[in-house]
Amino acid sequence: MTRSRSDLVWIPTFAILVAFAVPWPLWGVDRVVAGLPVWIWWHVAWLGLCAALFALFVRSGAWERGMGQRPTAGAAGTAEEITDQAAAEAADREVERR
Amino acid sequence: MTLGLSLGVVVGYLVVALALGLVAYRVSETTAEDYYLASRSIGTLVLLFTTFATLLSAFTFFGGPNLAYRAGPEWLIVMGTLDGVLFAVLWYVIGYKQWLIGARNGYVTLGEMLGDRFGSTGLRALVAGVSLLWLFPYVMLQQMGAGEALVGLTNGAVPYWGGAALITAFMILYVAVAGLRGVAWTDTLQGLFMLSVVWLAAAWVVSALGGVGAATEGMLAARPEFGGFGGGTYTPGFIISTAITIAFGVTMFPQINQRFFVAKSAATLKRSFALWPVLVLLLFVPAFMLGAWAAGTPLTVPENANVLPVVLNEYAPTWLAAVVVAGAMAAMMSSSDSMLLSGSSYFTRDLYRPLIDAEASERREAWIARIGVGAFAALAFVASLFRPGTLIEVGGTAFSGFALLALPVICALYWPRTTRTGMIAGVAVPQAIYLAVVLSAVVGAVPTLPRTVAGGWDVALGLMVLSGALTVGVSLVTAPSEESDASRFAVAGD
Repeated sequence: MTRSRSDLVWIPTFAILVAFAVPWPLWGVDRVVAGLPVWIWWHVAWLGLCAALFALFVRSGAWERGMGQRPTAGAAGTAEEITDQAAAEAADREVERR
Repeated sequence: MTLGLSLGVVVGYLVVALALGLVAYRVSETTAEDYYLASRSIGTLVLLFTTFATLLSAFTFFGGPNLAYRAGPEWLIVMGTLDGVLFAVLWYVIGYKQWLIGARNGYVTLGEMLGDRFGSTGLRALVAGVSLLWLFPYVMLQQMGAGEALVGLTNGAVPYWGGAALITAFMILYVAVAGLRGVAWTDTLQGLFMLSVVWLAAAWVVSALGGVGAATEGMLAARPEFGGFGGGTYTPGFIISTAITIAFGVTMFPQINQRFFVAKSAATLKRSFALWPVLVLLLFVPAFMLGAWAAGTPLTVPENANVLPVVLNEYAPTWLAAVVVAGAMAAMMSSSDSMLLSGSSYFTRDLYRPLIDAEASERREAWIARIGVGAFAALAFVASLFRPGTLIEVGGTAFSGFALLALPVICALYWPRTTRTGMIAGVAVPQAIYLAVVLSAVVGAVPTLPRTVAGGWDVALGLMVLSGALTVGVSLVTAPSEESDASRFAVAGD
């Protein structure tokens, strides 16, 4: 397990990202900015922020740590490797049982 | 001339898609894992677009702009939030976890995964049965949409049944020949096609209206309430319950859920995850704003017509209108292809093999799957001819029906204490109640039960809470069965 305590901050972060993708603070506001209602710009900017933070989540390795995996670089962690690893673990268990 | 051009565009598209399917067939193997999962070899671009295209059926092209036209552009916020953000988070929470578990144990379907974990063929069959139940009206709606689109495109020269039958036949042929590799490849083509077409259409219409600012001014002059966020249809209850039920429901749609098993590597899933909000925004902003801006034009949209073709007929050339209809048909086809393919795998793997013939060879299973696709599509086609009226509501209900599966599944994925009895109670009871609510609207003899309460709150949201509470509560008071094995879902490497 390489899950670190600082990764826990991602849980409230995701909650806020989901909750405020809806521009609640602009409820009823009808200003038009640059040709579109201002709350549409909020949404566009917010989804841009989401994409940036999602990329950071992935790059920081929290993606793997959140599931108890070791962060992998590049193309590692393919479906084939996982299958092989599972087979190896099953073989180990078989040996232990004997 | 116009008829020939329109049909030429659509037929041209179908031919390209079939050609791609045949190429995919040449490189594929005959095993079930290759047929359904393309041997878990799907890369980033293809995974991203195959999920994107299947997620977005005719609903995006016709339904979304229609709602924005009638109720305001807030639909962009609802769909953007649920699809771009909430679904992305679930992509990680449910999708990545399922990918890890699936790659370790070789699962192909959700029911298979749960059945193996809890040692229960009954649970496996229950999950598959519930999924097929809600899939049926959704496939049917795509056929109805395709039939209507061809009627509209040819001004009735191709009748409704003819259009629906043609599309059904093409879908069966296509899915039977190509499997997931072919479906994924054409989804990529269709996804790129949809994105390009919708931006081209938006640019054309906006320039005809005198620019973005003028289009918005026109909209606000005709419908001042469109400018302020919220109001009308868009109550907080509506926004929250729609976003939650659809986002969770989408993850349990067979054609989406099976995507969680197909990625070649975790890097593929990660890249798709980070790109997702941007891709969603790129499609929704032009599509839904076109609908909202149309409210400011002098056009009158007939009661049952779609707003987007009406706008394009007025402000864009014929060929572009035809291309947009072809794009919408592409969306419906790709949704249907994937649904049929996944539905057939649920049928063969979770119902046919465990309950009827456990010894069937992989080759035989692949053929049973193809026959299953034909039968399911043909039945849906027949149903689409007999009852086109009331099914729109039932189709929209499908999202909520699937959403009721999500919390029990999350429980199973993350909480080793979950028991088989807890899972069965958490799945079966809310499904039964929801089915009663849905059927009460169709059957005349019983009073219709309410679908929303207290200003737009969907009862399905309450049933989602119930499904989670039942799964946890019943698991706490029952002991794990002997056949269940929580270690099947353990993914930690060390």
